[in-house]
Amino acid sequence: MTYDWPILSAVTFLPLIGALLIVLMVHDDDEAAQGNARWTALWVTIVTFLVSLLIWWGFNPKSAEFQFVEEHEWLGGNIRYKMGVDGISMLFVILTTFLMPICVLASWDAIKTRVKEYMIAFLVLETLMIGVFCALDLVLFYLFFEGGLIPMFLIIGVWGGKRRVYASFKFFMYTLLGSVLMLLAMMAMYSQAGTTDIPTLLTYKFPSGPIPFLNWEIQGGVQTLLWFAFFASFAVKMPMWPVHTWLPDAHVEAPTAGSVILAAILLKMGGYGFLRFSIPMFPVASELYAGFVFALSIIAIIYTSLVAYAQQDMKKLIAYSSVAHMGFVTMGVFTLTVQGVQGGIFQMLSHGIVSAALFLCVGVIYDRMHTREISAYGGLVDRMPIYAFCLMVFTMANVGLPGTSGFVGEFLTLLGAFRVNTWVAFFATTGVILSAVYALWLYRAVIFGVMEKASLKSIRDMNMREIAIMAPLVILTIFFGIYPAPLLDVCAVSVKQLISNYQLALSAAGQSQLALTH
Amino acid sequence: MYTAIVFLPLLGALVAGFLGRIIGARGAEIVTCTFLVIAAVLSWVAFYQVGISGQDAKIVLFNWLTSGELDVSWTIRVDTLTAVMLVVVNTVSSLVHIYSIGYMHHDPHRPRFFAYLSLFTFAMLMLVTSDNLLQMFFGWEGVGLASYLLIGFWYHKPTANAAAVKAFVVNRVGDFGFALGIFGVFFAFGTLDFDAIFAAAPEHANRSITFLNWQVDELTCLCLLLFMGAMGKSAQLFLHTWLPDAMEGPTPVSALIHAATMVTAGVFMVARLSPLFEQSQEALWFVTLIGASTAFFAATIGLVQNDIKRVIAYSTCSQLGYMFAALGVGAYSVGIFHLFTHAFFKALLFLGSGSVIHAMSDEQDIRKMGGLAPKIRWTWAMMLIGTLALTGVGIPHMIGFAGFHSKDAIIEATYAAHTGIGQYAFWLLVAAAFMTSFYSWRLMYMTFHGRSRAEPEVLKHVHESPKVMMLPLIVLAIGSIFAGFAFKSLFIGESYDSFWRTSLFTGADNNILEAMHHVPEFVYFAPFIAMLAGLFLATLYYIWVPSLPALTARIFKPVYLLFLNKWYFDEIYDYLFVRPTKWLGRFLWKVGDGAIIDGLGPDGVAARVIDVTNKVVRLQTGYVYHYAFAMLIGLAIIISYFMFSGGILK
Repeated sequence: MTYDWPILSAVTFLPLIGALLIVLMVHDDDEAAQGNARWTALWVTIVTFLVSLLIWWGFNPKSAEFQFVEEHEWLGGNIRYKMGVDGISMLFVILTTFLMPICVLASWDAIKTRVKEYMIAFLVLETLMIGVFCALDLVLFYLFFEGGLIPMFLIIGVWGGKRRVYASFKFFMYTLLGSVLMLLAMMAMYSQAGTTDIPTLLTYKFPSGPIPFLNWEIQGGVQTLLWFAFFASFAVKMPMWPVHTWLPDAHVEAPTAGSVILAAILLKMGGYGFLRFSIPMFPVASELYAGFVFALSIIAIIYTSLVAYAQQDMKKLIAYSSVAHMGFVTMGVFTLTVQGVQGGIFQMLSHGIVSAALFLCVGVIYDRMHTREISAYGGLVDRMPIYAFCLMVFTMANVGLPGTSGFVGEFLTLLGAFRVNTWVAFFATTGVILSAVYALWLYRAVIFGVMEKASLKSIRDMNMREIAIMAPLVILTIFFGIYPAPLLDVCAVSVKQLISNYQLALSAAGQSQLALTH
Repeated sequence: MYTAIVFLPLLGALVAGFLGRIIGARGAEIVTCTFLVIAAVLSWVAFYQVGISGQDAKIVLFNWLTSGELDVSWTIRVDTLTAVMLVVVNTVSSLVHIYSIGYMHHDPHRPRFFAYLSLFTFAMLMLVTSDNLLQMFFGWEGVGLASYLLIGFWYHKPTANAAAVKAFVVNRVGDFGFALGIFGVFFAFGTLDFDAIFAAAPEHANRSITFLNWQVDELTCLCLLLFMGAMGKSAQLFLHTWLPDAMEGPTPVSALIHAATMVTAGVFMVARLSPLFEQSQEALWFVTLIGASTAFFAATIGLVQNDIKRVIAYSTCSQLGYMFAALGVGAYSVGIFHLFTHAFFKALLFLGSGSVIHAMSDEQDIRKMGGLAPKIRWTWAMMLIGTLALTGVGIPHMIGFAGFHSKDAIIEATYAAHTGIGQYAFWLLVAAAFMTSFYSWRLMYMTFHGRSRAEPEVLKHVHESPKVMMLPLIVLAIGSIFAGFAFKSLFIGESYDSFWRTSLFTGADNNILEAMHHVPEFVYFAPFIAMLAGLFLATLYYIWVPSLPALTARIFKPVYLLFLNKWYFDEIYDYLFVRPTKWLGRFLWKVGDGAIIDGLGPDGVAARVIDVTNKVVRLQTGYVYHYAFAMLIGLAIIISYFMFSGGILK
């Protein structure tokens, strides 16, 4: 089903219109004005979410083509404003719109200064994030991809914690490195292919013959160079080891909703980038360097799980566990098996829900006690049984317990990995032990034990607003664990096409290679 | 009906868990107990329908996971093996539910307790009714979660929390192998459904697979990986360390989860996968090796423990070893038979010891008991029946308590295997039978007989448990007396084929059940004599000459200390795994992330840049502007590039 109005642009720019509304209508910074800003943001994000559900409703899961495509003249030349979604990107749009009202609600009481600006930043951020997943033009994509960092910077830098400057600086250093290289690569692609149209580039065959360089030959040639340029940007975003160290700092300093967006959406742009650009556009290079990606993924899983176990700050622990979970994504995606890729996508969506929920859980007690030190808590279950229940569900999802959404992604990616390389599966599976170690340690330290600290004695359980935030996350975590089909079915056809195109491209490249040598 | 059997406990768990505050503790008890009793009664009906009438069933609920050629559904599969497990799980669970009404009556968190118990039962039922490896894994991890929650039920106790985490993590080590096994099965067979795997299994015999650069026999490799999961869940040697610690949980939990049901999941798994294991003599060899070694090893520790529950816990560990030994020599039905009888008498012993603990105001150390028999007659009688069943009292070739029929059958089967490993198992199991008898009677004597060593204050309050606790004990006692005798012919006797049909697979050259009847006479008498010797020695040590235990401990001090300290497994693991993990975590964080990555990367660069920016702009927002600026320049470059190279100006 298609709509006779540009639904993707509507969903993308609705939040921006909301931001404009706040700019125009809310002037003061008193109680009433703050309330107006909050309510406007909440309604706008809810409407956006509801409209975005129409995308899912109208989406044809049997087609691997881009759907709801819009195309307009834009910057002239071949650079056009082109939007569209396929089975890989569509669900990320929904994930984004779904989490935004939750973020607004989570900031309801926690943010007390510059509420108006805060809400504007979030709404602008939403537009840019949705744009990333809808853009079908390189320049448009780049605009959204890099533009999204500006509001995120502001959110960390203005509403962040004590070391926010250091954190945002680190964030800046890493992402700058990646985006400069990606920009260069995009320019090179344009000069090579003569277009920035993503669907065209998906079928364009970039040369993969080896290039002599000093005394070596660069295997995979142009594809390798472009692949690494994109890789730099996406690896930082994921983040992959060893360019992950910005993440814990950014998370610790960000306000709760900022952490939610960072973990749930911004990290997914890296994984999405691999699926949208690296693999289909540079298949030869992807094949050549899959082993390299596996190695980094395994290190990420084991290394960051161990580091997570050593943390004393709740947010840092969850941040490190995010890096480990993203390791499963990169591993699964580069297996180029149906299970691996679908598992990677599912893992990203599931992690979007679960890590968001975990950060929200930290936010709940941070708002009460103003500390994230694990040792400052203990025995919370006495006073906060509902909270203990929610955190248990998300902890188990984080551990990958079957029946929660966390299991499906981990299982499928590992299943894919086993086919490709048993060593990879072997090492990555140790993650199931290590995740249990750190996650249960955290749960035990915070929730169980005797409530000894006097300051905790009067702590209140979650209020209705907080329950309203958590309830959908709890339900989805369990629902998608028991019945993941709604998500898996949507991406199945697109994933199959991705893989068959990949294999076709490889064999074509192999033949031309043979033709050259003979 | 089968759907009801599986989902009634879940319903009970949800009601008790979420509505516990509304319906109150009494309401939660009534709801969960009623549902469980219904499920138990239906299970016996199922046992009759499937086992006796021969009507297997398979109910597909809905699709779970579909990805490429992977297609897994939530399914309830009921064949004889499942029916046996249904009976065991639901019978013991319903009795434990009822018992808990009395045992937990002063606990303020009863709704939560009953919700967990029912949740556990549901997960266990999902495990035994699964029709594919993945659903089995779901149940497998589900019971792990419930076990974690129940061991840590008294969350104020640090030891209980530690034990809960330990149980979960050690089980995860086993699951590591299980998960790899599942991946491997899918890789080799292209499906996870039992029927499809079993049908294809014979073709896969003697194929090889490359696993971690080794060229290995495919089915041996897969079976061993899967068996690693079984070792974790069933607390076999090397992965057993969590089980004794799990005794930190309330005693009804120990009876249900850590004696009768969950820990037998590994045994069930191997029996369920008998078509796979049967194709690999090497895997079976290993199963027997681990089983027999565990049976012996755990019994040695049981000899010297002083906590009433830990003695029984090690006994459980040891008895599970018996079951594996039987499976390993191809006598699957014998292993399951022992699982079945063991569920009755071990649950009886645990619940009985719970009754003792209840009477003794939560005292668990048998050194502080003694002479309790006259004060708690019923409990004593129940424990006595449990002991008679566990030690396998009976007359060779004739009749005896439950354990007599099943345990002696295992010992005969290992001998009848006529293999090297069979002989190994035979002698270790006979030795273990001797020790079983010794530690069981030691427990009885130290608790109920001789001089009282209890605090006078405690002794004053010793009282018999209420009827609601006694009733389950009596039911289990009846099972402990008759289960072996009554079900022998079905499980391992003449009705074998019509009872099990296809649910257990035995290869063409596997005739162990026949061979069991042709072993030398001394094989029948060996466990009998071992049992009597244990009884005699225990009586000598703890009734006739009470100074002997201390003397023996002094003479054989190193051995005594080895046993008392559980062969130092915890210490070795702590040294090998726990500490290095902590240390490595800190090291990688501080040195890896901090000094190396950050030091050489952003911080190093940052130090330079900050010098510059300090002079140029205010620190506070400088980076944001910088970044926006850099991006705009980037955009300007790219746009002008496009315009000049291929765009408007062309």
